[in-house]
Amino acid sequence: MNGAHDMGGVHGFGPVVAEVDEPLFHAEWEKRVLGLVLALGAGGKWNIDISRFARENRPPAEYLSLSYYEIWLAGLERLLEERGRPTRVLAAADVPATLARGGPVDREPTHEARFAVGDAVVTKNLNPHGHTRLPRYARGKHGVIERVHGFHVFPDVNSTGTGEDPQWLYLVRFSGSELFGPDGDPGSSVSIDAFEPYLEPA
Amino acid sequence: MTHSDLSDVQIRVRALESALVAGGHVDPAALDALVETYEHQVGPHNGARVVARAWVDPGYRERLLADATPAIAELGIRGRQGEHMVAVENTPDVHNLVVCTLCSCYPWSVLGLPPVWYKSAPYRSRAVADPRGVLTDFGVTLGADVSVRVWDSTAEVRYLVIPQRPADSEGMTEDELAARVTRDSMIGVGTL
Repeated sequence: MNGAHDMGGVHGFGPVVAEVDEPLFHAEWEKRVLGLVLALGAGGKWNIDISRFARENRPPAEYLSLSYYEIWLAGLERLLEERGRPTRVLAAADVPATLARGGPVDREPTHEARFAVGDAVVTKNLNPHGHTRLPRYARGKHGVIERVHGFHVFPDVNSTGTGEDPQWLYLVRFSGSELFGPDGDPGSSVSIDAFEPYLEPA
Repeated sequence: MTHSDLSDVQIRVRALESALVAGGHVDPAALDALVETYEHQVGPHNGARVVARAWVDPGYRERLLADATPAIAELGIRGRQGEHMVAVENTPDVHNLVVCTLCSCYPWSVLGLPPVWYKSAPYRSRAVADPRGVLTDFGVTLGADVSVRVWDSTAEVRYLVIPQRPADSEGMTEDELAARVTRDSMIGVGTL
């Protein structure tokens, strides 16, 4: 979706201000939200892409008015309402192993990759209402494949809860000028990780 | 009666946690263990060990740049939000900067939880379009001959910047070197 979360290239947010000696959490409730999101995420009722979309799919003014952990909380409340409460409960004793295992998203390839390192590609101009990981600033842009990451779970489909639909994932590099024209930085480049369905041969 | 926003949120979170615990959907001790992990165990000291090893061991550096996930696991570092790692190295000619414009993707296994500024709209909006301007916000000015490579973490791959080794660090032990490595230098908004 073309939501407020997709911030690359947006003007007007001002300078980056880093807090000096920033604490890891700014309130006790932030800790509990982190814990709840991770614990309930291990419950199997939803996946990381469903949870990202639950956070992002809200009116831009609302998204921008919430602090980061408030967005996590709002997303979690929505997930519980829409998907229900998990019955599989993460036990304290299983926390270290669960975190160490993480959630790898690479899968056994079912077909050959369409692109190879060095190939010139152009990103599609996609504007889906659902979840996507192709940022707006990088749509319809020419780039070069720099790395083939592997065959990974496809968030655009996984976010709907209908299966993982894994796809080849590539590192695609664009020049600053290609992305932002004469206002871009000609001495910079930006790389994104792009799934094969986002790309066409250039 | 009025409440501050903070106390409203605090009440909301407490109510949610209580209901989930009462229904047997959450083990409160698991929440404590999760928070404790990121408060006291997983943090930038992990990434600093990786960087210091790469500085002192050319074979390790090569393995790290070729395939970072197993190379990082060699040091016993693995896990959530570090399942698919890529290491990128700063040189005199190239400076690397990591961002997630879409949310807050960040290599937890090596850096811990991200700071607020990393998740903020100013950083996410400008890191791709004006990376040198963002670096200026952090007091870093690069020469015009240094190119900037920005890595937008749009999938589940996570990026770790290997900063340039400080010029005055000759003769330091690996542990001493690791102590010099800052979180910001491993995101790319700082230099050493």
